[in-house]
Amino acid sequence: MKPAAFAYHAPRSVDEALATLAELGSDGKVLAGGQSLIPLLNMRLAAPAALVDIERLDTLDTIEVDDDEVRVGARVRHAALHRHAGAAAAVPLLRQALGWVAHPVIRNRGTSLGSIVHADPAAELPAVLALLDGRVEVASADGTRTVAAGELFLGPLEADVRTGELALAAVFPRPAPGTGSAFVELSRRHGDYALAGAAVTVTLDADRHVTAARAAFIGVSDTPAVVDLTAALRGQPGDGLDHAAARELADASYDPDDDIHATAAYRRHLAGVLLGRGLDAAAADAAQEEAT
Amino acid sequence: MTEDLHEITVTLNGASRTATAPARRLLSDFLRHDLRETGTHVGCEHGVCGCCTMLLDGEPVRSCLVFAVSVDGRTLTTVEGLAATDGTLHPVQQALQDNHGLQCGFCTPGFVMSACGFLADNPDPDDDEIRDGMAGNLCRCTGYTGILAAVKQAAGALRGSGTDPRSRYQPEPAAPAPEVGP
Repeated sequence: MKPAAFAYHAPRSVDEALATLAELGSDGKVLAGGQSLIPLLNMRLAAPAALVDIERLDTLDTIEVDDDEVRVGARVRHAALHRHAGAAAAVPLLRQALGWVAHPVIRNRGTSLGSIVHADPAAELPAVLALLDGRVEVASADGTRTVAAGELFLGPLEADVRTGELALAAVFPRPAPGTGSAFVELSRRHGDYALAGAAVTVTLDADRHVTAARAAFIGVSDTPAVVDLTAALRGQPGDGLDHAAARELADASYDPDDDIHATAAYRRHLAGVLLGRGLDAAAADAAQEEAT
Repeated sequence: MTEDLHEITVTLNGASRTATAPARRLLSDFLRHDLRETGTHVGCEHGVCGCCTMLLDGEPVRSCLVFAVSVDGRTLTTVEGLAATDGTLHPVQQALQDNHGLQCGFCTPGFVMSACGFLADNPDPDDDEIRDGMAGNLCRCTGYTGILAAVKQAAGALRGSGTDPRSRYQPEPAAPAPEVGP
């Protein structure tokens, strides 16, 4: 339960970090909050030759909120984003989802962007980014590029952040006016990885009828399964949604596996039940949004 | 290959402490092996049990999921940093004793540190908030009822005294002895 030896690099600037990562090539691995990586190192499921620790890159510890989006730097801890009133007002789904991320003590150390690029299929924030059509900004010694959420998640624990690259920020667009959101999940014990869960948005018109609805599921597919449910729900009253057609539509978007925690059939059932709860909660949130 | 050693200095419970350790030294092991402070216990070593919780710059973290070299120069508080210098227990510690919040005591340092961080954040929690705040720590013998009651008692005591739950306890000075007449 002790990590294998590694060479340690603690750059003082982003440029220094990128130069170090370029030099290390495939030997280098970025260490951010470490709440997923260090368990893997302790159990020797991973043994990178070198770690590039971004602990001292304070310039990446920023949350910026503007009229269009919330930009979260690579050093921002879950707890800081969870507490941030401006981020919660602009993109309420962030606070709704972050309360489900592990335990408070883990959230004090783990970073939100780290969780996204770690790309665990049961993690909450990848689903939030995918549902909102967000993006991740990455940099290397050769320059920067932007990866849309739809292209970011390649497979379980695999994101499109390449050798020599450092993810700098995650960008979460504000939802359209009249949109409410919810995050729902079920785990065996509070704080465990979810058996299944969903991030949901519902948009209502002035008469409180549905004009758009989307969900992103976790725990039931290799990457967040995003499905547009508008066709199944359009025109329905927000306070009396018929979930059946939406559940059927969503059901075709994922293909869960059996494991020791739950059967595939149970996970599939659970995803449908959670979707119903999430839709009702998001519609109620949208109605409240309209009222204020 | 000989492993590179790093000189690491931390402020531990108010005192500057330095030791050299390889980069892979977990903060929990740095405390126990290098600084010889064994109040912090090590359970699962992958972030599940919460035994090794300590305060890093005032916030509770899992010390088995932090490398010591990452926190060179930072401030740590462990369970050794809470009781008053005369040995009077910190209100969280006293409340655990009063409410039968421990039996074997293995998990207790982690619970104490989590509770101190939690109560600094939320000085007047309701029962559900206490349950949520302490959910990341596991106890395998006493069970949680006494622990939750202890956190509730400690919250009241700390609010009453107005002290930061994360600082070393300073008991009220004893009342001066009555003046003896001539």
